[in-house]
Amino acid sequence: MPDFIAQWLNQNDIFTAMTLMEYWDGLVTTVHLVFLSLVIGLLVAVPLAILRTVRNPFVSGPVWLYTYLFRGTPLLIQLYIIYYGVAQIPGIQDTFWWDIFKEPLYPALLAFTLNTAAYTTEIIRGAIAATPYGEIEAAKAYGMNWFLRLRRIVLPSAARRAVQAYSNEVIFMLHASAIASVVTIVDLTGAARNIYSRFYAPFDAFIFVALCYMALTFMLVFAFRKLENHLLRHQKPVSS
Amino acid sequence: MKKLFAAASIALTMAAGGAQAQDQNLRIAFDVPYAPFEYKDDNGELTGFEVELADAMCEEMEANCEFVIQAWDGMIPGLLARKFDLIMSSMSITPERAERVLFSEPYYITPGGWFAHDSFDTDVTDMDAMEGKTVGVQRGTTMDTFVTENMGGVVTIKRYTTAEDMALDLEGERLDVVFVDYPVGEQTILNKDGFKEAGEPVKLGQGVGVAMRKRDADLAEEVNEALATLKEDGTYDAIMQKYFSYDIKM
Repeated sequence: MPDFIAQWLNQNDIFTAMTLMEYWDGLVTTVHLVFLSLVIGLLVAVPLAILRTVRNPFVSGPVWLYTYLFRGTPLLIQLYIIYYGVAQIPGIQDTFWWDIFKEPLYPALLAFTLNTAAYTTEIIRGAIAATPYGEIEAAKAYGMNWFLRLRRIVLPSAARRAVQAYSNEVIFMLHASAIASVVTIVDLTGAARNIYSRFYAPFDAFIFVALCYMALTFMLVFAFRKLENHLLRHQKPVSS
Repeated sequence: MKKLFAAASIALTMAAGGAQAQDQNLRIAFDVPYAPFEYKDDNGELTGFEVELADAMCEEMEANCEFVIQAWDGMIPGLLARKFDLIMSSMSITPERAERVLFSEPYYITPGGWFAHDSFDTDVTDMDAMEGKTVGVQRGTTMDTFVTENMGGVVTIKRYTTAEDMALDLEGERLDVVFVDYPVGEQTILNKDGFKEAGEPVKLGQGVGVAMRKRDADLAEEVNEALATLKEDGTYDAIMQKYFSYDIKM
């Protein structure tokens, strides 16, 4: 370890084992929250995107309305409505719902999931809509029914087109999760705010947490590059 | 011409200095509205706890006082730029501020208050009974530090940015009890039905002082003397009881 880092570590009052543990717990909470909302969001988004491309307006209309509402309002407002709004429903404290909504984790998870599902739905819908019509005609000529066409032709090629836009959504979601701290969740940002207010040292507390987010983002970018290389390897030049 | 002007201004300054010795002219700044400390009543007259205390203090010091309204952001710059001589606008004494201004002895402190639902019947000072309860505080306040240091491992602490959010979570039964600046709790929690004070208020922090320019050490001495007299002779208590149902004396 270079001398100046060792020296700095010995001198500082802020980054003790205790505060580093707080950051670590925050990191675990952030990863937990973002991972769950992305997985559930993606599982919800795929069927919704398919429904969204159906011609019947009674099927695609509600999905359009949902994505419009959740993309048209800030995530912070959605979180406020779900967390504080639900607690205002008369009598909710006496029902089993309260066990779920009492702790801040589930309202936050619900808000994040609904939000990311709305964006992901639109990303996948765009990718589905961009399927070359010739591929579908060819599939029809082979006698494939709607479901088989979807499974074999439309979704795999849509996934390839969507993956780059989706990697952005994943990174945005990681950064958007910073607002979880407004509903008392001690995620990475919550830990940083607690430490900032304890030591009145905004630079140290927030620069450290920014580095944590950067490290997470770097890992995500790396993972998505691997995934893209795998999915899009047919687009690579042959000789290289 | 220039010399003449300089001489005249020196003479004027000296005259003013001479006059000050007999009959002091002081300008005191307030940021309104901050009820009940300083606000304008229905007739537009400036009043409130700190305004009345300032009045009594001026009388004690035999000074001619003029009250100035100044927005909070410009308080300390305005003082340093000599737009006024004293700040009596609920300015808490902090080390950061004390580097730029001179504080008198503290003249009041708002205690932290415990607030909860009427059904809450736990003694907040009994650590065994408080085990496992959820306590709400505003992040980074003296109340936060108090709860973190004294009840850290015993209760679950939830930290909020605004008192309104915290009041909502108390109302929604996500919190068992809230520990917040008493006047804030009075306005956001006690004003609703079904809530009560859940324990004795606790005085925390260094309190609120009169702020002056660093060079005005003589003035600070006079202010301290006047405040000490008011606290002793009952004037302070009379004014305090007019505005508060709890003790803020310091």
